[in-house]
Amino acid sequence: MEQQIIAAIIVPATAFFTVFLITPFLIKALENRNSTVKDYHRKGGAMIARPGGPSLIAGIIISGIVLYSFFPMMEITAILITTSLAFFVGLVDDKKIMSGWFKPLALAATAIPILVLGVYDSDLAFPLFGEVKIPLLYIAVVVIMISITGNTINSIDVLNGVASGFMVIAATALTISLIILQKYEIAILSLSLVFVSLAFYKYHKFPSTIFPGDSGALTLGVMYGAIAIVGEVEVIAAVALGPAIINSFLFLSSMKRIVEHREIKAKPITLTEDFMLKATSDRDASVTLVRLILAGGKPLSEKKIGFVIFRLTIFSGILSIITALMMGVSL
Amino acid sequence: MIGSSIFVFIFAMWILIIIGGGIAVLILAPISITDYGELNLIISSGIKAVISIALVISWIFILSKVKNWIFRTTLKV
Repeated sequence: MEQQIIAAIIVPATAFFTVFLITPFLIKALENRNSTVKDYHRKGGAMIARPGGPSLIAGIIISGIVLYSFFPMMEITAILITTSLAFFVGLVDDKKIMSGWFKPLALAATAIPILVLGVYDSDLAFPLFGEVKIPLLYIAVVVIMISITGNTINSIDVLNGVASGFMVIAATALTISLIILQKYEIAILSLSLVFVSLAFYKYHKFPSTIFPGDSGALTLGVMYGAIAIVGEVEVIAAVALGPAIINSFLFLSSMKRIVEHREIKAKPITLTEDFMLKATSDRDASVTLVRLILAGGKPLSEKKIGFVIFRLTIFSGILSIITALMMGVSL
Repeated sequence: MIGSSIFVFIFAMWILIIIGGGIAVLILAPISITDYGELNLIISSGIKAVISIALVISWIFILSKVKNWIFRTTLKV
């Protein structure tokens, strides 16, 4: 237990300071290479560095190696390889605009290390009712879950600070759930995801100086999914992702097909003259979480919408922790 | 409160997950095939897969209905 406590201090600290110290250099390097995108929601349309994925993956890999030196477990290796693959998928998408199907399919392939290294348990645990054994079907669960978690975090990355702030809250709930279920080593890795996201949030929050890009958002989402599978907390993890899942669900049910956001001409939100965001009444525009928050109400600032999403995520996180507590209860 | 209906939606989604879990454990888990030798696992997994897909489709259908019911006043699309 003493070793776990020491690791629980050193690993997240390594994760935090790696991202915290590397990101300013990354911002400068990206700006020097003109690797910037316009922030359309900002007065004057500032140019923001992108992608921030390299600093996130650096924090994850370095802290992961530190954790591995404490606990040489195959589970840690599998999560790190899967996350790294997701980073490269995102990097390809950052450099070149790919079709709507590219990310779900490429992300599905990143689940291969988890399957090959056999670091999963094919029993799917549900609260109150116990477990269900699905040996072959579980392979599909692994592939689908990795693809979904990566894409949902990517699709919620629409406002300054939302993806990283969202991940701080969701991964905190996941960490607490893993501790409740006594999966301490995976909880420490989940804690490093919290601190990687927290350090990045410092630069990503409104007004952003860097955007995570696909490489950053997919890295965070896939690592979250991989931790959920290896830590055997799939249902709990899905509950904590509530607002992001709703966002993807609303988007897909309004578009009725898998499509890249950038391919849709009609925008779900518009800017007012004083740079506030308001929901559009365009029937061709997709329905998204942000549009839902703004629907029927007055225009809000980007920062305020971010805080509404964080409140929703805290609510989902509480439900996920309750779910974890209910795992020990049997009807 | 801004987004209060979304809290209701998240809660409804959570309840549906728990109910879905109950159905999965009570209906899916007991399914086992014994008369086909080495194919037992594949056949029982196939049946479980079909039921799971049906469950997911019904879950999405119910969630769509809940969405329309909760948001029909705020989102006229």
